[in-house]
Amino acid sequence: MTPLPLVAVVGSPNAGKSALFNALTGARQKVGNYPGVTVERKSGRLVLADGRPVELVDLPGTYSLEPSSPDEAVTRDVLAGKQRGERDLDALLIVLDASNLDNHLRFALQVIELGLPTIVALNMIDLAKRDGLELDSARLSRDLGVPVIETIAVRRRGVEQLSAALDDMLSAPRCGVHQHAPSDLIHLQRRAREIATAAVISETPVRRLTHRLDSVLLHPLIGPLILAAIMFVMFQGVFAWSAAPVSWIEAGMGQLSAAASAVLPPGLPRSLVVDGVIAGVGAVITFLPQILILFFFILLLEGTGYMVRAAFLMDRLMRGVGLSGRAFIPLLSSFACAVPGIMATRTIDDPKDRLTTILVAPLMTCSARLPVYTLVIAAFIPDRDIGPGVGLQGLVMFGLYLAGIGGALLAALVLRRGVLKGGGSAFMMELPKYQWPPLKDIAIGLLTRAQIFLKRAGTIILGTTLILWVLASVPQAAPGQRQSDVSIAGKIAGAIEVVVKPIGFNRDISLALLPAMAAREVAVSAIATVYSIDSTDDSKAQRTLAQKMRGRWSLATALAFLAWFVFAPQCISTIAVTRRETNGWKWPIFMVTYLFALAYLAAGITYWLAVAAGLG
Amino acid sequence: MNAPFAMHEIHLDQIKLGTSARIVAIDWDSLDAPDASRLRDFGFDEGVAIEALHLGPFGRDPMAVRVGRMTVAIRRKHAAAIRVLPDRK
Repeated sequence: MTPLPLVAVVGSPNAGKSALFNALTGARQKVGNYPGVTVERKSGRLVLADGRPVELVDLPGTYSLEPSSPDEAVTRDVLAGKQRGERDLDALLIVLDASNLDNHLRFALQVIELGLPTIVALNMIDLAKRDGLELDSARLSRDLGVPVIETIAVRRRGVEQLSAALDDMLSAPRCGVHQHAPSDLIHLQRRAREIATAAVISETPVRRLTHRLDSVLLHPLIGPLILAAIMFVMFQGVFAWSAAPVSWIEAGMGQLSAAASAVLPPGLPRSLVVDGVIAGVGAVITFLPQILILFFFILLLEGTGYMVRAAFLMDRLMRGVGLSGRAFIPLLSSFACAVPGIMATRTIDDPKDRLTTILVAPLMTCSARLPVYTLVIAAFIPDRDIGPGVGLQGLVMFGLYLAGIGGALLAALVLRRGVLKGGGSAFMMELPKYQWPPLKDIAIGLLTRAQIFLKRAGTIILGTTLILWVLASVPQAAPGQRQSDVSIAGKIAGAIEVVVKPIGFNRDISLALLPAMAAREVAVSAIATVYSIDSTDDSKAQRTLAQKMRGRWSLATALAFLAWFVFAPQCISTIAVTRRETNGWKWPIFMVTYLFALAYLAAGITYWLAVAAGLG
Repeated sequence: MNAPFAMHEIHLDQIKLGTSARIVAIDWDSLDAPDASRLRDFGFDEGVAIEALHLGPFGRDPMAVRVGRMTVAIRRKHAAAIRVLPDRK
């Protein structure tokens, strides 16, 4: 079977490349990885009018063929036919931002010089018109020597014309690659500006919407207030809006385990399904709504163009701890999950800046900590108001977030003064035009996240839960003995307990810490599994997990446990992605060591202070 | 007494907000190579029209500058390497 014709979609960041890619391929997308590098390969299938399928690959956005990040290097290498894991291209689709022609044309000229069959999509033509810019695409096509199609990707305008042009291009016989020596950049730049000027029919200076919005959103006083308000709404939304769906999932899980109990005979099989699978995985799936709400906000902020403004507002403060505003985006994403956050650091050019951001990203309170925090707070912090609209539980949660942020900033400061001293200090970013992202694109993003999370719940979490269940169930306790004392897991926990006893951790926590290395939220399912196995008689089993915990933990222990999770790097995925992104074990080992040290210290100090205050 | 309408060349970090200007010279040698190439990517070049649009809230840093039809954020440090001639009002 001959492989499908391959068409690469290239363009500058913010040219609407991904939106056009989505419009062309719909949901038929596949995300993979290029071998040896950590850059994602996003491909999709486009069916031409005559039914012929074509594979489209969405290359990382770049401003030129001289890469300044690993992402951009992939784009260059694919275009040059030198990227491992990518076959030769049959055609190119260059996406240009219609209102930024003078800047983006230079890259287009560079790419056209490569000699591949090329089509130019003059994208966001509506935004250009909104800015009072009238363009002559026929003239542009003549000057560039390739077809130019006007498109509005977010409204799927021009998609059919593009696909027709691709059809023509792929049907035409290939007349050999006529590559000539690349022109020098300054020459190209000036030619780009000439062509851009010639393509402009009329240009009326209109007070741009983006400029008006920016004068508010980037206002020295109002801007930071709005940013703070957006972040407040975001985290408020994560908790408030998730309450209903979480209770539905919990109800569903309850019915499921009741049904399973009715069908399965009592004993080990029932215990495996009800205590192991349903209790363990169910405890984790209830956090899907919160994670999706958080990602919804992040995708929305990125899609509208606000995220870069947030970076602009925060740059000076981030510089105070040796980072740049660019680090703000990865760190904010890390509130959802450190894995995409760490992957987002690829946009940071400076290696030391980037490494520092990677090393502190796990300190941002990721959504996997929410299950742990929520459970412990619900069990130990009284649900009472300490002011109008301010609950004590919410305040503690807020404090945990602040502790994470404070820890990250402090760690960055120390790292930049110590092991990661020096390096550049650039902050250069394009501030894209504001636009309303198509809800479909956000939906595709959320769907991908949900799939990844459920896959994790289905594999890593289910696997560790099952192993823990086996370790916690074997050997079976004799009457009068506690199962968690007798089992293999109990013995392992006994060894861990020696280390963590000074910081107030009991045996149950020791037991939960080991499987929680897989992912933090496993701590919840681990505790749930252990207590569920332990509760032999039925009246005890009816008690909620929180009630059971209250019976076994002191307040000081609970607080120390919370402090531990602010810092502890208990997430295999984060460690793995750090290894991938830093190309070796040195930095992940460094990260795990310093974070565990901080966790131990923080939990210890919390415990000792709490005991001194009489909460032990 | 020539201040208000004078045609003085100044460094970009000294420009008043809302002022449009033309780039006269860029001291490429004072910039790190990656920074310089990124500035070029964004279209900074001799003869290009620019306008200072916004300043960061803390320490008036970074600054947002319109280059051609694109808006770009740069730090004052880099703006200081760019000499501009403000347009006559």
